[in-house]
Amino acid sequence: MQDLQSLTEQAMELVEKADGLAALDLVRVDYLGKKGQLTALLKSLGKLSAEERPAAGAKINEAKQQVQEKINARRTMLEQAAINAKLAEETIDVTLPGRGEEQGNAHPITRTLKRVEDFFAGIGFSVEKGPEVEQDYYNFEALNIPAHHPARAMHDTFYVDPTTVLRTHTSSVQIRTMEKESPPLRIICPGRVYRCDSDVTHSPMFHQVEGLVIGENISFAHLKGTIDQFLRAFFEAEVPVRFRPSYFPFTEPSAEADIQCTACGGEGCRVCSGTGWLEILGCGMVHPNVFAACDIDSEKYSGFAFGIGIERLAMLRYGVNDLRLFFDNDLRFLKQF
Amino acid sequence: MKFSNSWLREWVNPELTTQELADQITMAGLEVDGVEKVAGDFSGVVVGEIVGCEQHPDADKLRVCKVAGHPEGEMQVVCGAPNARTGIKIPFALVGAKLPGDFKIKKAKLRGVESFGMLCAQTELELGEDNDGIWELPEDAPTGTDLRAYLQLDDETLEVDLTPNRSDCLGVAGIAREVGVLNRCAVQGPEIAPVPQQINESLPVSLLAESACPRYVGRVIRNIDIKAQTPLWMQERLRRSGLRSIDPVVDVTNYVLLELGQPMHAFDLEKLSGGIKVRMAEHGEELTLLDGQEVKLQEGTLVIADEEKPLAMAGIMGGLDSSVTKGTQHIFLESAFFSPLAIAGKARSYGLHTDSSHRFERGVDYHLQEKAVERATQLLLDIVGGEVGPVHVRELTETMPAERHITLRRARVEQGLGIQLADDELVDILTRLGLEKIDQNDEGWTFLAPSFRFDIAIEADLLEELARVYGYNRIPSESFTAELEIAPRPESTIAQDDLEQTLLSRGYYEAITFSFIDSDSAALFDPEADPVALQNPISAELAVMRTTLLPGLCKALQYNLNRQQNRVRLFETGLRFVPGVELHQEPMIAGLAYGNRFLENWTGSKDSVDFYDVKADVEALLTRTGVASEFRFIAAQHPALHPGQTAKIMRGDREVGVIGALHPQLQKKLDLSKPAFVFELSLEAIGEGKAPAFRPLSKFPEVRRDLALLIDADVPAASLVETATETAGETLTGVKIFDVYQGKGIDLNRKSVALGLTFQHSSRTLNDEEINAAVDAVVGKLEEKYNASLR
Repeated sequence: MQDLQSLTEQAMELVEKADGLAALDLVRVDYLGKKGQLTALLKSLGKLSAEERPAAGAKINEAKQQVQEKINARRTMLEQAAINAKLAEETIDVTLPGRGEEQGNAHPITRTLKRVEDFFAGIGFSVEKGPEVEQDYYNFEALNIPAHHPARAMHDTFYVDPTTVLRTHTSSVQIRTMEKESPPLRIICPGRVYRCDSDVTHSPMFHQVEGLVIGENISFAHLKGTIDQFLRAFFEAEVPVRFRPSYFPFTEPSAEADIQCTACGGEGCRVCSGTGWLEILGCGMVHPNVFAACDIDSEKYSGFAFGIGIERLAMLRYGVNDLRLFFDNDLRFLKQF
Repeated sequence: MKFSNSWLREWVNPELTTQELADQITMAGLEVDGVEKVAGDFSGVVVGEIVGCEQHPDADKLRVCKVAGHPEGEMQVVCGAPNARTGIKIPFALVGAKLPGDFKIKKAKLRGVESFGMLCAQTELELGEDNDGIWELPEDAPTGTDLRAYLQLDDETLEVDLTPNRSDCLGVAGIAREVGVLNRCAVQGPEIAPVPQQINESLPVSLLAESACPRYVGRVIRNIDIKAQTPLWMQERLRRSGLRSIDPVVDVTNYVLLELGQPMHAFDLEKLSGGIKVRMAEHGEELTLLDGQEVKLQEGTLVIADEEKPLAMAGIMGGLDSSVTKGTQHIFLESAFFSPLAIAGKARSYGLHTDSSHRFERGVDYHLQEKAVERATQLLLDIVGGEVGPVHVRELTETMPAERHITLRRARVEQGLGIQLADDELVDILTRLGLEKIDQNDEGWTFLAPSFRFDIAIEADLLEELARVYGYNRIPSESFTAELEIAPRPESTIAQDDLEQTLLSRGYYEAITFSFIDSDSAALFDPEADPVALQNPISAELAVMRTTLLPGLCKALQYNLNRQQNRVRLFETGLRFVPGVELHQEPMIAGLAYGNRFLENWTGSKDSVDFYDVKADVEALLTRTGVASEFRFIAAQHPALHPGQTAKIMRGDREVGVIGALHPQLQKKLDLSKPAFVFELSLEAIGEGKAPAFRPLSKFPEVRRDLALLIDADVPAASLVETATETAGETLTGVKIFDVYQGKGIDLNRKSVALGLTFQHSSRTLNDEEINAAVDAVVGKLEEKYNASLR
C-alpha cells in the first residue's frame, strides 16, 4: 500500500499546482478517471485475499475521496478566480458621461405659461384659444373700446387692414368664448399678443394669459382672493399683494395688482424703480357693456377678468434681466430652463 | 398731469406729507409716477441787486460788480455773465453758500480781483433750463430775501399718470377734489368773481357743427399791454407743471388749463374778419398752425373760422395767422366745449397731440366755460390790463351732453364688491365726488352724475367709485365657489404638450420666434404665397405674417451659429398665416436639426445629422397619435428644400406636413456650412389620434423569412413594404427593411433591398408550406410590379 500513499500525495500535489480548470481536469482524469492511477489500484484488489480486500478497498476509496474533495475545492477557487479576472477585465470608468441624446428644454415662456395654466386648471378653469389676426370687433368693439376711444392709444395696434388687427391682448378670446358658451364660465386664454412698440422694455410680440370667471354672485372680493392666491402660489412666497384702482374699458371696477418687490422685499430698488412694488397684472369686474355685447344678462351674472403678462412673470421668477433674450433663442439661454 | 405740491395745498391741505399724499392718490387710482424737488439743494442764496458794474481790469469777459443783498452790505463779485449790468436783480450766492452738487462758495480772487460770492444762472441752481447768463429776477424782488423763501422752492412736483377715464383730474382743481374726498376735508379754490364789463363789444358766434360744439363762450378784451411780464409766481407754477412761459396771454390760458382743466384759446381780435363760426372744415381748406406747420384740413375736422377762413383746429391747435403776437392790442378769448367724439382721433390723424386735444378727447367739463373765462379775465387784468367786454355764451341746448341719472341699488354694493357700506358713508363719498342725490327709496338711490365725470354713467361706475374711495385693499379677499363638472377630454386628441415633450426628449430645445418676418425671407421659403402684410410694421424685418415657421427657425439657427453653438436642434409651435379667400391661421409644429448627429462625446461618431435622423423625430411625433401607419412620406418638391431630399407627409389624401434638407442654394444664402434639416407639420392633423385598442397576443411561435431583392434604383422602398403587406395575407405580422445596398457587384441602375417578413398565426403553429406560399406570392408580386428579382 506504499503505492497508495505516494500516489495520493502525488495527486494532491498536482491538484495544488493546477493553475487552470483544464489542468485540474487532467489531474482528475489522470488519477480518478476510469483509467486513472488511483482507480487502477482498485482493479488490483483482486490480487488480495478476501479478508484483506475490504480494508484495502476502503482505504483506496478514502484516498480517492480525499483527492476528489481537494479537486472540488481547487475548482471552486479557480472558478472564482476566473470570474474575478473577468470582472476585473470588464471594469469601466463610471465617471465618463453617458451616451445618447441630451434632454431639451421647453422655452421659459412656455414653462411659465404651463405653470400658470396648471394653477388655474387645478380649480376647474379650461384653456381657450383664439386667432391672432383678429377682427377689430373682438379686439376692441365688443370689449367696450369703440373707434377713437382714447384707450386705443394705449394699445399701439398693428393693423392688417382698417378692420383687422393683430390682437393686442387675449381678451378677445373672452368674447369669442362668451359668444359660444353660456355661463357659468371659468376660462384662461393663453397666447401671443402684439403691440407696435419695441425698445428695451417692450417687445412687439409677447404673451398673455387672460382669465375670466362668470357666475352668479361673483364679486370683487372673489377677484381679489383669486389673484392673491395665484400670485402667492406662483412666486411660492407669502408676498404682499396690493390692488390699485386702474382703468380698462372692459372692466368696472378695474384694478392693477402689484406684489411687493421680490428683489428688495419692499425696500425700493432698481427692479421696482424705488417704489417697493411691482406691477403684475390688470384685472377687474366684467363691464356690463361687455356682457351686453355677448348677450349675457348682467343682472343675473357677474364676473371678473384678469390679464397677466407672461414675460414679466418669467423675468421676475427666473431673474431674466433682458426681455429680448426671450426671442433671440440663444441655446445658451434656452439650456438654462 | 404735473403740478406742484404747494399749488395743490392752496386748494386742499390734509395733514399728510407729500409722499403720503402721493401714495394716497396712487392707491385711489391716480398713479403718481414721480415726486421731485422743484429746485436743486442749495442754501445761502439771496435776492441780490447789482448796484455797480465795471469792466475787469485784466479780463475782457469778466465784470466786477457791486452787489447788494448781503446783510453786512454791498459786496464785490466778479462775474462772467454777458448780461451782468447795473440795476438788475439776480440770485446772489453769498460766501458760505452751498450750491447743488455740494459746491461751496468761498472768497476768491479772479485775475487779481477779489470776489465775495457768485451770481447764478438758472441751471446752476437746478431751477430751469436757462443757461444764457445770470437769472434776471423781477424788479420788485425784495433785495436780501432768501431766494428759497422768495420763490417758495421748498416744494415738490407730482407727476400723475392718469388713465384715460379721468379727464376730470387734468387740472389742479380736479386733483384737489379727489384729495378732498379721500381725506373727507374741505376743498377751497381761488375766488372767481365775475369781472364787470367795461365795454359793450362782443363777437357774434355761430355754432354750425351741432353736437360737436354745443357750447362756446367768448369775450373781447381791448387795449391790453402784451409787453407786461408774467408774474414770477405764475411762471414758477407753469414751470413746475412742465410749461415754459411765453407771453402773458398764452401763460394765462395755460394757467387756467392747468388749474381748472379748461383748454382756452386767445385770438388777436384785429386779425379776425367778422364773427366766429364753429363748423366742419370744407374740402380743400388749409390752415397754418401755431407751430408753423401747414396742413390740408380733412373734411370732418372741426374748425373755428371767421367769415372768410379757418382760424384754428378746434380743440387741437390754434392757427398762426390769428394768434396773439408781440404787437397784439386786442384779444378775443375762447372757452368752448368740444365733444370728445368730435376731437377723438383727429389730432392723431394729423400727427398732433396737444394739451388741449388730450383734454377734449377725454372730456372737458361742459359747465366750466364761463368760470374759466372769468378766471382768465381776472388773471389777465392783473397782468396786462385792458377793457373787458361781456361774457358771450352760445349754447345749443338740444345737442349738449345729456344729463346722466344713475340708480344705485344697495344690494348691488354688497353683491358686486363684497362689502357692506353704511348709507351715510356711501352718500357722503358720492356727494363729495360731485354726484347729486336726487332720489332715494328702500332699494337705493338715484344720483345725477357731475358734468366733469365722463366716466360715470352706470351703476357699475358708482361701484367703482365707492370701492376706490373705500379702498380696494380694505375689501376682503375671498375664494369663489362654483359647481364643478368633469369636462370631456377625448383620449383620441393628442395633447400638444405630449408632442412637445417627445421632441424635448429627443434633444430639441423650444424656440419662440416672431410671427412676423421680413418679406424677403417669406418669399425665399414660400415664393407663391402673398403673405398678410402689416399696414404699420415696426420695421421691414417684421413686416409680413409668416406662412411657415421655418424662416424663424433658420434665423435662430444663424444666431446660434454666430455664437459658436454648432449643433442645433430647435422646434417651435405657433400659428402660420396662410392667405386665401379667408385667412387660415393654422397651428403648426416645426423643427430644425443642424450639425453633428450625436452630441459631442467620447464615444460617438462625428457624422452629420441627415434626413433619416430627422425623419425618426417626425415618426416619433406621428407615433404619438397611435395611428402612425396612417401617415406616408412621399418624395416631393418644395421651393426651399433639396429636390432630392424632401418628402411631403400625407395622412390619407391630406398633405399635413413636409420634411427635407434646406435647398443647397438657400443653405448658401443663409451662410450655413452644412445642410440643415427641417420639418413642419400641422398640429391639428397630428393632434387627432386614436385611443389604444388591445389585440390578443398569440401563443404560437412567429416565423421570420428574409428576402434580398434586386430592384430598380428609383423604386421607393416603401412600395416594396406596401406590396408585401398587401400580398402576404393575414398571417404576416410585420415587414422590416433591414438592409439597403447599392454599388459594387450590382447593376448600376439597381439596388438591393433586404426585407424581413414575420409571420404568426393567432391560434395555431404555421407550417412551412403556408409560409412558403405567402413568401412566393410576395416575390411574385414584386417581380411583376417592380421587376424585382431575388438576389
